[in-house]
Amino acid sequence: MTTTATTPDPSTGSTKAGSFDPIRARRDFPILTRTIGGKPLVYLDNAATAQKPQVVIDTIRRYYESQNANIHRGVHRLSVDATRAYEQARAKVAGFISAARPEEIIFVRSATEAINLVAQSYARPRLGAGDEVLITTLEHHSNIVPWQIVCQQTGARLRVVPINDAGELEMEAYGKLLGPRTKIVAVAHISNSLGTINPVKEIIAIAQRQGVPVLVDGAQAAPHLPIDVQALGCEFYAISGHKMFGPSGIGALYGRFDVLDAMEPYQGGGEMILSVTFDKTIYNHVPHKFEAGTPNIAGAIGLGATIDYLDTLGLDKIAAYEQGLLDYTTKTLASIDGVRLIGTARHKAAVVSFLVGDIHPHDVGTILDQEGIAVRTGHHCAQPVMQRFGLTATVRASLALYNTESEIDVLGAGLRTVLEVFGS
Amino acid sequence: MTELTDLYQELILDHNRSPRNCRRPVVPSRQAEGYNPLCGDRVTVYVSLDGEVLKDVSFEGSGCAISTAAASIMTQGLKGKSVGEARALFEKFRRLVTGDPTGDGEPELGKLHAFGGVSRFPARVKCATLVWHTLMAALNDRGEVVSTE
Repeated sequence: MTTTATTPDPSTGSTKAGSFDPIRARRDFPILTRTIGGKPLVYLDNAATAQKPQVVIDTIRRYYESQNANIHRGVHRLSVDATRAYEQARAKVAGFISAARPEEIIFVRSATEAINLVAQSYARPRLGAGDEVLITTLEHHSNIVPWQIVCQQTGARLRVVPINDAGELEMEAYGKLLGPRTKIVAVAHISNSLGTINPVKEIIAIAQRQGVPVLVDGAQAAPHLPIDVQALGCEFYAISGHKMFGPSGIGALYGRFDVLDAMEPYQGGGEMILSVTFDKTIYNHVPHKFEAGTPNIAGAIGLGATIDYLDTLGLDKIAAYEQGLLDYTTKTLASIDGVRLIGTARHKAAVVSFLVGDIHPHDVGTILDQEGIAVRTGHHCAQPVMQRFGLTATVRASLALYNTESEIDVLGAGLRTVLEVFGS
Repeated sequence: MTELTDLYQELILDHNRSPRNCRRPVVPSRQAEGYNPLCGDRVTVYVSLDGEVLKDVSFEGSGCAISTAAASIMTQGLKGKSVGEARALFEKFRRLVTGDPTGDGEPELGKLHAFGGVSRFPARVKCATLVWHTLMAALNDRGEVVSTE
């Protein structure tokens, strides 16, 4: 956090130093007061998307009610104000992940788009037949398919770092797979399906020794951990607004300035140019070179408000609180006969994937829904992870700062109901 | 629990525990594969036809309780029926599980009435209909995998 202060705010969940009050934080999220079929909502699907605090909803509404204008265009007051708010949001994202300068932040519509941008604008011109792209078994489909596409386009080869039975990357295999033909490494900071926190700093350091750039997919990390891209040393870092309590349709790509500056544009259009004639177009500077067309202005400003909110709570405090909640969840699930955890890495974020006896996850999800509990059931857009464990689906409870131990108790009771319905 | 026990009726739980006709016949005359990308469920339906009559119907696959029971009960109910009757029954079943008011009270549905509760769980309709779509593909003898998406 370099640009924003982290003074505790009495109106939010952060209280005294080192403590975090989830009950106070819950009051910031209006959706958490609603019921599902007469039962309080227990929202445990945060890895799919997180809920939004009132301050973010208000910021977006205020923007459309009183500030809406196109940016980087007009000389009129509204346009100047909207441009300033949009660029302030960029600076907030830069501060949030400790980028060296705001220009290193490109607004995109999702972490998925951020990865596609790097695959097409960075990797594609630099890949040739026989070159290699190195990813891992833990990746979300959004950090697999863009690389498959660029491999098909260039004749490069996709290599995959395996995982062990706990769901951890096999670092020895990584070292061996990282070879002279490796042109880029792409790895998730946190696995969305198992919750494994990957040793990204070590992964980056190893790649750096061979001069190989690294993209970190931080979609799952941003709402749970303090991020410092300079300390990590990665070339690219992708985040997603909606997974960190911000609006959907906005994400950000961090790219080290010199790397971005050497890259070709991703898409053509307005905003990304300095001058256009039919003979020659001169591209705009970084980051505008990569932001063709009118961007999601409200989304970017809403993301800025989200970052202010998270800074007030303190991600270090959130992370500490969630570790305690993860321990409680793991113990609760382990106490239920027939529940089997999938993914038992030593370093985990608050994501718990599991099976209930031989009951299909979809049946588990439907019964939990009747208790007001929202979990994800299925392959979590990470089919290779499921295949690694010989499964087609799991139940996944993914937690966030506003979840509580009493909600985990509701989950435990819900799972006992599942076993009862199925007579297990 | 009422909506739940409506969905997970004893008949459905029983067919999930011990699915009937869950086997690959020696010589099926038709077969097709169905896939639900949402949950990864797969089912293969085998049909032995004698002219226009479904002499034997069986299936293999893995899925949730709803899809397994739907496959099991479907295969039981279709033996001896004509292709036309099977198509008509699917239409009635589809109306039942999607909550189409014209879909209830169809005596031909028989045991399939157990799936009436599915209509209150829109996310689960595909679980109940996947095996039927797959059957239709087998009867139409289309080689491709049927998807719910």
